[in-house]
Amino acid sequence: MEDLLFELQLVMPQVILGVINGAFYALLSLGLAVIFGMLNVINFSHGAQFTLGAFVAWMMLAYLGIGYWPALLLAPLVVGALGILMERTMIARLYKLDHLYGLLLTFGCALVIEGLLRNGFGSSGQRYAPPPEFAAFDLELGDFFLPGYRVWVLIAASLMCLVTWLVIEKTKVGSYLRAATERPQLVQAFGINVPLMMTLTYGAGVALAAFAGVLAAPVYSVSPAMGANFIITVFAVVVIGGMGSIMGSIVTGFMLGLVQGITEVVYPEASQTVVFLIMAVVLLTRPAGLFGRA
Amino acid sequence: MADSNFSGDAAPQIEAQLFFGFTRAQAIAFAAMTAFIIVSPFFLYPVFLMKVLCFALFACAFNLLIGYVGLLSFGHAAYFGMGAYVSGYAAKAWGVPPEFAILMGGAIGAALGLPFGWLAIRRAGIYFAMITLALAQMVYFFALQAPFTNGEDGIQAIPRGTLFGFINLTPDLTMYWLVAVIFLAGFLLIHRIVHSPFGQILKAIRDNEPRAISLGYRVENYKLMAFVLSAGLAGIAGGTKTLVFNIATLTDVHWSMSGEVVLMSLVGGLGTIFGPVIGAATIITMQNYLAEFGAWVLVMQGVIFIACVLAFRRGILGEIAARLRVKL
Repeated sequence: MEDLLFELQLVMPQVILGVINGAFYALLSLGLAVIFGMLNVINFSHGAQFTLGAFVAWMMLAYLGIGYWPALLLAPLVVGALGILMERTMIARLYKLDHLYGLLLTFGCALVIEGLLRNGFGSSGQRYAPPPEFAAFDLELGDFFLPGYRVWVLIAASLMCLVTWLVIEKTKVGSYLRAATERPQLVQAFGINVPLMMTLTYGAGVALAAFAGVLAAPVYSVSPAMGANFIITVFAVVVIGGMGSIMGSIVTGFMLGLVQGITEVVYPEASQTVVFLIMAVVLLTRPAGLFGRA
Repeated sequence: MADSNFSGDAAPQIEAQLFFGFTRAQAIAFAAMTAFIIVSPFFLYPVFLMKVLCFALFACAFNLLIGYVGLLSFGHAAYFGMGAYVSGYAAKAWGVPPEFAILMGGAIGAALGLPFGWLAIRRAGIYFAMITLALAQMVYFFALQAPFTNGEDGIQAIPRGTLFGFINLTPDLTMYWLVAVIFLAGFLLIHRIVHSPFGQILKAIRDNEPRAISLGYRVENYKLMAFVLSAGLAGIAGGTKTLVFNIATLTDVHWSMSGEVVLMSLVGGLGTIFGPVIGAATIITMQNYLAEFGAWVLVMQGVIFIACVLAFRRGILGEIAARLRVKL
């Protein structure tokens, strides 16, 4: 019993950290999947928009005194609006071209965002303190300590994933979205404004990334590179899950975070690369991804 | 359609080929480029020119995939960077002569390209781009942790050595001629590959893959071959760069390096044989002038990316070629 508790104390923090990472993977890959389904664009600036969400929250606190809770709502709205502007002015011009141009364009946008943030705030991270009310929920079990804020991250991310899934799968707007993903011309012929839907979808996907960014701000340090580090792993997650299903990207995200956490305990050297190795294995056995359609 | 695929050829034209698969316009351009390479070190800084040539070769290698097979690799830094590390390590720790060190860089690039290409060609389009990027990130983490790369410090003070045992490469101008020869050889090799029967099949795959399959070609083998060649040449470019600058660092394997080579090819003109060279020269020059402005380089590169995608999809050389109605 003693041994077991000791083992648990050793393993649990990493596993929980893994699952929290997984929550971010899920939120980010979910946004990517929604955007890709509708716009056929792989949003390379997703990581930069995640970073931007964190920075907007940080700036709101530092310059305007707006706290965590309002920022959790406002930052995604601001960044989402920026995303809508991006879609209208730039991405919308590329729909008739090879999908790769969308990737290149959003990559360029990511560089601009990251460069501007570096100019403004330097490469080192800014600290964003978690709101004090979470301290009451800190969990302490012997040596094992789990900050209350991390529990909240898990809950908030899971809720957001669930809400997104419900909106897409169970509401009327969601059914339009799914229909427009399959047959845009036909849906447009029914009198639904598909270009507007595409714009709003992009805005929503970006807002989702920014929401994840605000959630992440107190966990990681707020730095210009925080999103870039995440997004490449999320690309691997997307390849593993396949972008065919919303639930698929959520499940894959959490699962891979967990796997990463376990790897951190068992063989720490591989914790950064395990997701990519899994990607290789999935490509060999199921090239379309676990939940993907060929 | 020039816009929907990544070829520089607006319309398939049959032009008389003068020699070595060059059309007249290409022969003139090649003569001009060679003349510039010979003359330029006497009025421009050789180290700067060597950097341009190394990256030009890197971009040409990348362009072999995107321009002639239609595959956008977003992970070419892996082959370039590992080429740099292995050449640098071999030259420094084992005292391998430079010619072998560079060849080892190419060999490691190709050796890495074989499994990575084999995995990545299972998917096309944006998935291909994401897979190559993810695999390259794996190489980055490997380079970060492996002992022989010295982590954050990188391998430093790598000797240039003596070529063939009797040409001391330490003087910049001597090194320059070696780099120029490597670049021209690589450039001609790529040109030869593109204009060989093998290259014709690659272009057929780019333009209409199902048709190439129905004609009985094993499309995967051709794609993989092109991938390995491209990765190998990227490794040679990386190895050469390492000997020029005496250093191999994490920057060489970082994803931003993969992005840079995409940018160079895009600026110059995807699918044109001279485009990547012009693109590399443009971007390296820009980086040189903007170096003091720090992160503005990143912003500028992003803006150029956006401008190219929105307005100049053919790139500098593609636009010129379209104006002159020739293939370049």
